[in-house]
Amino acid sequence: MKVYADNAATTRVSRTALHAMLPYFDELYGNPSSLHSVGQRAAEALYEARETIAKCLGAEPREIYFTSGGSESDNQAIISAAEAGQRKNKKHIISTAIEHHAVMNTLKKLERQGFEVTFLDVPENGIITPEAVAEAIRPDTALVTVMYANNEIGTIQPIAEIGAICRERGVIFHSDAVQAAGHIDINVVRDNVDMLSISSHKFRGPKGVGALYVRRGVPLSRLIEGGEQERGRRPGTENIPGIVGMAAALYESCEYMNVVAPKIAAMRDRLIEGLSKIPHSILNGDPKRRLPGNVNFCFEGIEGEAIVLLLDEYGIQASSGSACASGSLDPSHVLIAIGRPHEIAHGSLRLTLSEENTQEEVDYILEKVPQVVEHLRNMSPVWRDLVEGKREYVIQ
Amino acid sequence: MLYSETVMDHFRHPRNVGVIEDADAVGEVGNAKCGDIMRMYLKINDGIITDVKFETFGCGSAIAASSMATEMIKGKPLKDALTLTNKAVVEALNGLPAHKIHCSVLAEEAIKKAIEDYYKRNGIEYDKRDFPDCESCSSCQN
Repeated sequence: MKVYADNAATTRVSRTALHAMLPYFDELYGNPSSLHSVGQRAAEALYEARETIAKCLGAEPREIYFTSGGSESDNQAIISAAEAGQRKNKKHIISTAIEHHAVMNTLKKLERQGFEVTFLDVPENGIITPEAVAEAIRPDTALVTVMYANNEIGTIQPIAEIGAICRERGVIFHSDAVQAAGHIDINVVRDNVDMLSISSHKFRGPKGVGALYVRRGVPLSRLIEGGEQERGRRPGTENIPGIVGMAAALYESCEYMNVVAPKIAAMRDRLIEGLSKIPHSILNGDPKRRLPGNVNFCFEGIEGEAIVLLLDEYGIQASSGSACASGSLDPSHVLIAIGRPHEIAHGSLRLTLSEENTQEEVDYILEKVPQVVEHLRNMSPVWRDLVEGKREYVIQ
Repeated sequence: MLYSETVMDHFRHPRNVGVIEDADAVGEVGNAKCGDIMRMYLKINDGIITDVKFETFGCGSAIAASSMATEMIKGKPLKDALTLTNKAVVEALNGLPAHKIHCSVLAEEAIKKAIEDYYKRNGIEYDKRDFPDCESCSSCQN
């Protein structure tokens, strides 16, 4: 059996998105900046895609800027707010300890440039409180940036409440909604966000394209110099097939969310219940306030890359926040932030589902994961020491 | 692919996994915080490694490197096992990705640690410089 359970990494492009895109490669291939009819057909497609995406997010079309993806959107949003803040001598930014690297590393770069960044700690469930944000805001705070939902542990932040506080205090609020868009309901007006990043390939659109919502009146800087595309804020000929595919995918995801999300969440909950039965295992993130498709566990005494590789042998594609899986020596900063000790954080497994997964696949995962865990524990000196009482269990 | 077919073969079907209850020597390197621990058990007779078993907590390449290293020293004289380099393990595995080379280093060091343990247990004089010194290792900063 082949089971793709790594949908937080990327998704299969939907048939709808693929068919919507295809004509824009070889039939309607014009440049939307061209005045002639071939170009204007592309300009119309661009206009329609912008309208569709704006509608899905509760925004106005002119508030949507197309980018190359989530990382670019995050970079541009944060740098824009920082530059706007600097002009008013505001050089303080608030974020969390569990942001994606696109946010985290942009903030670290700003720190080196003289900004002060407060990374709010998260409790074990991975959800910050609006009060923590309120307490951290200072007169010189230029930006609050908090991810909508976490890419590793799936926890959903109280974005509307945080947004309300930022709006009241006059601080720009950005949210990285890359994992949330198309999976849970987002409305930029209700959520009081000023800027919001999305990425097409996380909701069954193509890779290499994303969008940044920027509320009217919020300043936006250019990262790339060039022409007047995207009202001069994001120069470069638009990726028309990608943008059309993203719009089709987001429309479809939002249209069927009410039907699809509960089905995925039911499979998620079965996985959580089943995997919890493995001795000395623990769920990472909040059991309920999490993305419909996200399951993340730590298993004591084993290492995550080995779990992922062995599952792949059985046809199950998953991921891990272990150091070995990432190519660095440090395990996931998210698992460390929610309080998992290093040796436990190394043994993590993330399974992320989509509407394409089935109950039979869930059964198969629930059959194979315990086998893989047992196999690896049987060759682990750490596990032997735990069993023989020479080392104390961290996960009871 | 990330790993060679040889690495995957040793990961899927590791050779010499387990414990030797009455081992003549045991060596352990790495630490759980870093995500890698290797433990080697040796049975030694007349200066020959007659049996070897390993246990590894770590990624696929750590398991494969341990497995390969045990195959390379089984039935060999202690002095040959002492000269086993991580490079030889990497070559035998048909290569490892650059960020996984430390797994082969751990395998070399685990064997050396076990041999050092054997010398200590039997009061055999040895040159400390031939053996890994964990205190000075910089690959683990936690």
